[in-house]
This record gives sequence, structure tokens and C-alpha cells, in this order.
Amino acid sequence: MKSGYKFAVTLSMLSLLALVMLHSGQTVSAAAEGKITGTVKLEGTPPHQRPIDMSKDPVCVKAHEGNPAHTETVVVGSGGGLANVVIYLSEGLPPAVASQVPSQPVTYDQKGCMYTPHVAAVDVDQHMKITNSDPTTHNIHPLPQPGSGNIGWNKSQPPGAPPIDAVWKTQEVSINVKCNIHPWMHGYMAVVKGPYAVSDDSGSFTVENVPPGSYTVTAWQETYGTQTQKVTVAAGKPGTASFTFKAK
Amino acid sequence: MAKLLAVTLVLIAIASAVPIIRHTWVPPQDISTHGALIDEQMADTMVEAGVSFLAAQILLGIFIWKFSGRKPTATIGNFPGGATTLVGAAVILVGLEVLALGVFGQKAWANLYFTPASPNSMPVQVQAGQFAFYFRYPGPDGKFGPIHPDLINEGTQNFFGLDPDHDPDSKDDVVTAELGVPENREIHLLMRAKDVNHSFFVRELRIHQDFVPGLDLSLHFTATKVGKYEIVCSQLCGLGHYNMKAYLEVMSQPDYEKWLKQKATEQ
Repeated sequence: MKSGYKFAVTLSMLSLLALVMLHSGQTVSAAAEGKITGTVKLEGTPPHQRPIDMSKDPVCVKAHEGNPAHTETVVVGSGGGLANVVIYLSEGLPPAVASQVPSQPVTYDQKGCMYTPHVAAVDVDQHMKITNSDPTTHNIHPLPQPGSGNIGWNKSQPPGAPPIDAVWKTQEVSINVKCNIHPWMHGYMAVVKGPYAVSDDSGSFTVENVPPGSYTVTAWQETYGTQTQKVTVAAGKPGTASFTFKAK
Repeated sequence: MAKLLAVTLVLIAIASAVPIIRHTWVPPQDISTHGALIDEQMADTMVEAGVSFLAAQILLGIFIWKFSGRKPTATIGNFPGGATTLVGAAVILVGLEVLALGVFGQKAWANLYFTPASPNSMPVQVQAGQFAFYFRYPGPDGKFGPIHPDLINEGTQNFFGLDPDHDPDSKDDVVTAELGVPENREIHLLMRAKDVNHSFFVRELRIHQDFVPGLDLSLHFTATKVGKYEIVCSQLCGLGHYNMKAYLEVMSQPDYEKWLKQKATEQ
């Protein structure tokens, strides 16, 4: 009887240990979640953003009455903050974290005959929800590089059409997006692996859910290209990274 | 039954001619110097074809009325000279009709296609691409800078692929999404297709010309009335063809100069 009891206890302890070990390999415990914050700035005078003439579609003109739209190749806020910069971890991510895919889809809207957001970041295999909020038909056409592993497509969305669900298979920074019907519409989809962020109007960003470790952080802007920085994140101590692009 | 058919036939023919004769549907206003010639040609065609149409239908009605329900032993008349003469006569009749229309219309056609643009006409380039029209004015130097198709970038509004940093002639070129012209000034429209076939059609100007990729085609016209008119693509060019249009703005000379100056600042 005593040996049987010992055996039962040992077996349950071993099972418990096995379970804990199995589990700890896959989940990153919340207490150890870190982040990387920072700002992106532009040094110098940004290039002049041109006004867009949308007269070919009166619906688009109406949406911008009194407030004409402009190109968005370089968007600088007050204080020199550079918006629409994609921040992602290009090196240092454990494979388990790199292949984690958020369950929330990234939204991409067609509003006022412009893409909102102008630059969207999304993970490989993460869903995108593409909507048309305009009372005119759009035909969204992402153009990945041939041979990248992502296949291009285009789809019409008349007013009231259901959202399009899109998924990208490989990392690509970035995919050009155009509208086949409205030639001035232009945006980007940056497909990355792991945590990411896109800088806001003041140039600031926060990359969430970064496990402790050492990483290479890459910043990509459509006109100025990429810059990298090495960042270390420790438990309870967020990493910081700041980038400065030079206007030509 | 056959007599009923004969009567119905003639009634339908007359009923369809009535709105044409009464001018129930009027053509759009004519704002062009050659528009009157085109409208006259249209009217001549209507009259010629209309008279022939009514004559043919009424004749058909008479034949059906007169010769239906005959006894099987009745004699059948023949067209004098037989079938060959009948066909020959039809060919000559219709042929003369078409020839007449061609002769009447030669002035309208020659005006547009056999007359070159006058030396003091204003050149404007138009590029048709899926699915919009863009226009380019040469600017004060009067020259169009070279086009580099590899530099075309719609995201930065470089629709023509210009390189003003390296081509001095491109520096003052003005690219617009609307065709602004001064009234009563001859415009020489230089047409360029970026990708596939399109067509330039302004109904009030009475002009209609296809863009063909690889061909440098041109049109000339003079707009005589201030206003805003639609330029529509009238050659099926893809899924956005239904939405492919631009606007022609005919303005007084001072308004046009103000407009062009404003557009130049938006480059």
C-alpha cells in the first residue's frame, strides 16, 4: 500500500511538472510582457504635398468640400514628428513569438476617396478587414512584388458592399495599394512578423507585447526608406528607440 | 389577318417618324464652331433615310394588303428584267443615297480631319489612362517636356512621368485633371493613350475621337460658350470605363488665365 501511494504521488508530481514545462514554452506570461516606445522625427523641410484634383468623381469632390485632399508621401506633425512610419522587430524574435498572430483584424478603409490609414502594418497570416465607406465604387488593388510569395488581387466594392477579408502569406515591407478606378488613391500595407506599430501624427509609437530580449528594430518610411537600431527590453523595463530621417 | 399586318406595319412606321419630324428630342446645345455642319449632316441623313424608310414600309404595306389571300392559281408578276436587274436597281438606289450623304457631309469631315490646326491654336496634351484623363499645358516656354513612362507615379501625382529636375522644358508644364480652355480660341488637342484604347467625347463640341496606344492623334476645336461640359470616355477600356470622365471648363480669357495660374501653383 505505501509503495502504491508513493508511486501515485510521484506520477502526479511528474505530470504536473511536465504540464508546466509544456505550457511555459508556448505562452509568454503577462508579467514579462514589455514594450518599445519612441518617436520618429524628420530633420529638414518636408517635400511639398500636392493638392489632389478629384473632379473626375463628383462624389469624391463633395467629400472634400472646403478641405482639399493632399498627397501623403511625407506627413509631418507639429514638432517635426514623422507619421506613417512602420516600426517592427526585424531580428531577435523567438520563432514562437514571431509566428503569433493577433486575432483582431487590421482595418483598412476607403473614405473620401483616400485610404485610411495611408500606411497599415499587419502580421503574416493576420486578417485585414477592407471596407468602403464612400457612396461610390472603389476597386482596391494591392500590388505585391512579383516573386515575394504574396499574390496580388483586385476587387470591386460598390457602396454597401460587405468588407473584404485579406490575408498575406509572407513578410513584405511594403505592398503598394492603388485603386483601379481613382488613380490618385495610394497607400501601403506593410506585412511583418511579430509585434509592430505605426507612428502617429506626432511621430510617437509604442510596440506592445515585446518579450524581454535584445532586438533589431527597423523603421520604414515610404519616401526615406529604412533605419535600424538595437534595443533591449527587460522585464518591467521598456525599451526605447528614436529615429531621425533626413529630408533630402 | 394579313390586312391587319399591313395596316399595323404602316402605322408603326408613321408613329416612329412622328417624333423625329416634330423634333421631340433635341440634340444637346452646340458650343462649337463646326457643330452646325455636323448637326446639318445629321438632319440631312434623317431626312434621306426617313423618306426611304417610310416609302419602303408603305410600299410593303400596300403589297401585303393587295397580294395576300390570293388563289393558288393566280399569276405571279415579275420585276421587269428579272432578279439581277432588281438587285442592280437596289444597289444603285441605295448607293446613290449613301454617296449623296457623303457628298453633303464632306465639308464637315474635311473641316475636322483634312484641315490642320491653325498656327496660332493653343496646344494642350491629353493623356487617357485607365481610368482618368489628365491634361498638360506647355507653360510660358510653349514647349512640352519629354515623357518618361518609367517615372509615372500616381501616388505622387506624376501622371505623365515628367522629370522637371533634369528636363528644363518640363519645369513650367502644368498638369491638371480638368481641361480648361478660353472661349473662342482654337485648341489643338494632342492625344496620347497611356495603356489601352479610350475615346474623347464631348457631345456639346460634336467631337469624338479614339485614343490608340502608339499613335499620336490630334483634334482641333473652338469652344464658343462659357460653361462646364462633360468629357466622357466612349471606348470600352476596362472595369472603370463607366466612371471615366473629366470636365471641360470653357472660360473667358481673363478667367482662364487666372485658372491656369492657380493650377501652376498646385504643381
